[in-house]
Amino acid sequence: MTARPPVPPVSGRPRAVRLGDWSLRVAPRALLVWVLLVLTAFAVAVLAISTGEFTVPVPDVLAALFGDGPPVAELIVNKLRAPRVLTGLLVGAAFGLSGAIFQSLTRNPLGSPDFIGFSAGASTGGILVVVSGGSAAQIAAGSMTGCVVTALLVYLAAFRRGVQGYRLVLVGIGANALLIATNNYLLTRANINDAATAGAWLTGSLGGRDWSYVLPLTVALAVLLPACAYVSRPLRMIEMGDDSARAMGIRVEAVRAVAIVAGVLLCGVATAAAGPVAFVALAAPQLARRLTRSPGVTMASSALVGAVLLTAADLAAQRVIAPAQLPVGVLTAAIGGTYLALLLRKDRH
Amino acid sequence: MRPAEDTEPAAPAARTADEREAAAPRRGRSAALAGGLVVALGLLVLMAMASVALGARSVPLSVVIDALTSPDGSSDHTVIRELRIPRTLLGIGVGASLGLAGALMQSLTRNPLADPGLLGINEGAAVGVTFALALLGLTDPAVYVWFAFGGAALASVIVYSLGAAGRSGAGPVRLTLAGVAVGMVFTAVSSAVLRMDPQTFDRMRFWLTGSLAAQSADVLVRLAPFMAAGIVLGLLLARPLNMLSLGDDAGKALGVAVTRTRVLTGVAVTLLCGAATAAAGPLWFVGLAVPHAVRALVGQDQRWVLPYSALAAPVLLLAADVAGRLIARPGEVQVGIMCAMVGAPIFILLARRRRLAAL
Repeated sequence: MTARPPVPPVSGRPRAVRLGDWSLRVAPRALLVWVLLVLTAFAVAVLAISTGEFTVPVPDVLAALFGDGPPVAELIVNKLRAPRVLTGLLVGAAFGLSGAIFQSLTRNPLGSPDFIGFSAGASTGGILVVVSGGSAAQIAAGSMTGCVVTALLVYLAAFRRGVQGYRLVLVGIGANALLIATNNYLLTRANINDAATAGAWLTGSLGGRDWSYVLPLTVALAVLLPACAYVSRPLRMIEMGDDSARAMGIRVEAVRAVAIVAGVLLCGVATAAAGPVAFVALAAPQLARRLTRSPGVTMASSALVGAVLLTAADLAAQRVIAPAQLPVGVLTAAIGGTYLALLLRKDRH
Repeated sequence: MRPAEDTEPAAPAARTADEREAAAPRRGRSAALAGGLVVALGLLVLMAMASVALGARSVPLSVVIDALTSPDGSSDHTVIRELRIPRTLLGIGVGASLGLAGALMQSLTRNPLADPGLLGINEGAAVGVTFALALLGLTDPAVYVWFAFGGAALASVIVYSLGAAGRSGAGPVRLTLAGVAVGMVFTAVSSAVLRMDPQTFDRMRFWLTGSLAAQSADVLVRLAPFMAAGIVLGLLLARPLNMLSLGDDAGKALGVAVTRTRVLTGVAVTLLCGAATAAAGPLWFVGLAVPHAVRALVGQDQRWVLPYSALAAPVLLLAADVAGRLIARPGEVQVGIMCAMVGAPIFILLARRRRLAAL
């Protein structure tokens, strides 16, 4: 899954670009990867919008997106397919970022929120609201609350003179199983309509997402992206140990607090919109790390890879056994699990 | 009853060494442990009676006994004979299989976190069953259980080679992670297959969460031979597993055929998990907690750990099943959910231990 281009690789090492008094660290390979990822995301998005039961030619898609296509194309593109694709891009980015934050905090690729129960906790919160008949906004609030509470409890349960990466992961796996059982229980207690709604949401699905999903996601990301940018570099210092980070002048506790809050909120927002889509948060940062050949997980590339990964998986899920549609979560679980297995195979010591 | 010993060239020597050591206090301990087995059996019988009597409509024990001795066709008697008793027997079979499988896996991998569900074996079996039911339209449990065996064997081989084949051997954490990853892939495959076939999905929904009530009554009759074979084979492996617990090299020096023991244990685990999953769906955590509790009671000797696990696990499973029936009357909570509710906290407690001591 880690693409290795045969051409002599662009160096992954950052270089300083100076402009008068300003200097900026730029990694040429990362820049190249970013550009390619943005292009890929755009291509996948256009493909996902243009194909389906009714094919809209690509020129019409572009015309409709920019406001003057044929009426049928406008309807299909702007009302039906564009919001779904946008939701996919935003949710993927949010999961990617959240995964990058927690993998960096735990210094462990398995410390990602979908693996250690945060997503399952978010769905528990969401289902509780679905069952008691709340509105879409209340469901979102419920899943945010579920995510925050779970994160808190897992962290506390794993705490024992500090939190050690693997213990957090194992405790998280236990919490995950417990919460999934709770979710299943809630589903059996719900009436049939609620259960159907919640069940579809639980696998992780982008089906039927309209503009009312895109808007809150956009707002949340607009607020949380700057926070991620702020903690991005200090987090990499903290990976080297609290003491050395402190010696370099980083306010470790503050950075960590901001990172945790941002990571939990991102996970909660994304889960609220698309359900607990498995493995995007786990795989995106690791894929990004291998693509950019950077030494640690990085925010921007993780977000971009997450967005591409989720939209591509959703596209595939709609086509694999067409006309029946798979929820995207099934596909990401299959891909992500395989990827995780390969990850384990590779890092044998 | 002792083919395993006949095939182990050095087992007689080890036995005489055992016997030489067997001084009076040890003999007393053996008697106590054997007595304990009887107590465990008694507990199981009591729990089975409770499982027959309690439920959405609880029946007094006297009526239960009447139903067994002189059935009169009343609705209570029909419920007991047609539903509760098959369900209870199924619970005993499944519980014994999973408990023994968990103990065998913990012993073989020296991994305190090994469990047929957690390591993905049951999920593999579930994929096999799903394929057989949804794609091939098979209905006879004794036929589709072979697909469960296939899936369970595949999962065991993948998980073991991913988690254990490293130069450092199988660390508990690695093996667990490999199991969880493989289990997730299998679960995804199952649900993808079921999505294609809504009717089968509707039939198998409860089975997929793990339930003793989801299958028809003759399932147990059809699957019992496989469970029995797995249990006998598993119990016979106690002695070589004891020797392997000293490490592969020490085991080899004591004359254990290491590879054969591993393969036979794998066969036993496959039989047990495959049959149990075909009967009750992929259950988690039954095989995790029981062997731990048993080891705390009887020590590390597999000759005691294995039979105790096989007797104690069905007590736990039946208790979970009865509780699931009682807390949600008139409906019920599937036993798979109850097992996770009870088992996951135990798993968390185990994972919190300072060092995950290898067994």
